[in-house]
Amino acid sequence: MTDSEPLLQVTDLTTHFFTEDGVVRSVDGVSFDVNKGEVLGLVGESGSGKSVTALSMLRLIPSPPGRIVAGEIRFDGRDLLALTEDEMRELRGNEIAMIFQEPMTSLNPVLTIGRQVAEPLEVHQNLPVKHALARAVELLGEVNIADPAIRAQAYPHEFSGGMRQRAMIAMGMGCDPMLMIADEPTTALDVTVQTQLLDLLQDLTRDSDMALILITHNLGVVARYADRVNVMYAGKIVEKGPADAIYDAPRHPYTIGLMASVPQLDQDLKQRLVPIKGQPPDMSNLPSGCAFHPRCPYATDQCRSETPVLESVGQGHEAACWVDVRV
Amino acid sequence: MRPRAGWTFVSEAPFSDEKLPGADVAGIKNLVEVTDLTVRFPVYKGIVFRQRVGDINAVNGVSFTIREGETLGLVGESGSGKTTTGQAILQIIPPTAGRVSFEGRDIVGIVGADERHLRRDMQMIFQDPFSSLNPRMRVGNIIGEPLVVHGLVDGREAYRERVAELLDMVGLSAAMADRYAHEFSGGQRQRIGIARALALQPKFIVCDEPVSALDVSIQAQIINLIEDLQTDHGLTYLFIAHDLSVVRHISTRVAVMYLGEIVELADRISIYRNPQHPYTQALLAAVPVPNPKLERARDHSKIQGEIPSPLNPPSGCHFHPRCPHASEVCREQAPQAREIAAGHVVACHLYD
Repeated sequence: MTDSEPLLQVTDLTTHFFTEDGVVRSVDGVSFDVNKGEVLGLVGESGSGKSVTALSMLRLIPSPPGRIVAGEIRFDGRDLLALTEDEMRELRGNEIAMIFQEPMTSLNPVLTIGRQVAEPLEVHQNLPVKHALARAVELLGEVNIADPAIRAQAYPHEFSGGMRQRAMIAMGMGCDPMLMIADEPTTALDVTVQTQLLDLLQDLTRDSDMALILITHNLGVVARYADRVNVMYAGKIVEKGPADAIYDAPRHPYTIGLMASVPQLDQDLKQRLVPIKGQPPDMSNLPSGCAFHPRCPYATDQCRSETPVLESVGQGHEAACWVDVRV
Repeated sequence: MRPRAGWTFVSEAPFSDEKLPGADVAGIKNLVEVTDLTVRFPVYKGIVFRQRVGDINAVNGVSFTIREGETLGLVGESGSGKTTTGQAILQIIPPTAGRVSFEGRDIVGIVGADERHLRRDMQMIFQDPFSSLNPRMRVGNIIGEPLVVHGLVDGREAYRERVAELLDMVGLSAAMADRYAHEFSGGQRQRIGIARALALQPKFIVCDEPVSALDVSIQAQIINLIEDLQTDHGLTYLFIAHDLSVVRHISTRVAVMYLGEIVELADRISIYRNPQHPYTQALLAAVPVPNPKLERARDHSKIQGEIPSPLNPPSGCHFHPRCPHASEVCREQAPQAREIAAGHVVACHLYD
């Protein structure tokens, strides 16, 4: 791998779920890349395919009913979809780490925190148990858990939500991963704790040159932490680009709609919110053409019949829309 | 722990220059008055020899008023006692101490016909639109049930008409009355919950995190609906939320809670432009703004740690272990609430 090549290159990733109600196209031809030391924000509402994209990268899609039906995932010079299950297991938690939304359900309730943070070190780095536990205590200290030696002996139920998520981050950082995927890491937490945790993740990214994919529905979180942003709707990336460009001059009507619908702290107090009309689509029965057209104020006949593809609208900024919308 | 003095809240405080809902009527009435409200939950230990080992002070001597036609926002982290305060006002949870009056009448411990009558005037909208609707009932009956319980409709035709009217009010079609809750999306379910709360034509509604469980694009629809209903029906809201941007948008005045106590209360302009309590300042600094340029320019000084266990709250000012300005007096003495500007109350030793 050369330095100019991105760390992760996802091309045309397509993950479908084959259910009784029909095929659910959760991820439908998604392409993006992530550079070393970069924070990529993946934004979208529930059902837009953010989490399935992440799980596909780690090949953790439950099959059946799900299957990666097409695409390529190149990570650090290798094609992840061509690896054997053993090679994949070697990679997960080691080179690519993942943090989930609900730390309580991702931790084993009957093992101590220290034991769980030590486990990937034993598995991937062949550290003896004693050394792994000692390193686990260090890691807990690095994620700012007070009295790490004592807290390592605690069980998950004795931790608060914020501390559990810190333990998850310690677990993820243990093997010095090149890529961390954080799926709604702070959604269940309070705003002050959210800031502490995301600042911590950002510091870790800067210190170790690790890349971070930050999956969230919170536009504020993305604005604060992401270098580049991908906006997903109905299994497709509808707009991507540098964070500044996306927020300053969004070009896809869905992105524009999202920005207008959230109340902002710096907004004029009398301003009424402008919601996006309608409901998110039923993923097993998507609208024809552009999936956003039934909710889009700019929709034309072309939008109803033809699916738009991503096209450049500025420096590194792409949008998938038939209409040239500017705000 | 030493009991704290109640809030010396001045209800005649003038509104700011901005025209706020309810502000155009001279001599606004207080619809709800809460004085020294305290809710304690006993904590037991042991199974065979069950012993009471302590109390959780979920709400600890809180006082405030809600004026007719306004929206009082109540913000705070989880575990700060927001929801318990709302439920204690509605008498869903009996208060341990303190007074709650509605339209000038004390309603703590109210029973029988009086209670039933009160329930018509005070309703609640819940956070989770999935668990708050009975999955075995048709939506029309979920909405219409309060009408039957309170005997407010005569005959099947009137019932059906009223349910259709309520569905229409919240932006759903009357034809949906025969469906079940699982057939609806999250935003639609929240509309159903709102329709049910409106069925008895209440004067006061406690909205407990009504949009937190909804998708971003749907939140705005529900916020606008809640605002429109207030205008159309002259409703008064207690709006509980942890999202400060949403609270700023919808509230007339805002109260900030921390560990069972109100630490700051002011009209929304003062509280957001000129927050006085270090906790309020920290909360506002922590809210990420969806604007990368603004974000880079903002002061992100953050507070350490997490909200402590209410079973064993810190001495003195409960916020002192996390407060950047904490001094000796904060560790020892609980601060008194004081009014530092008209209608702006803060409980912090910095303003002694």
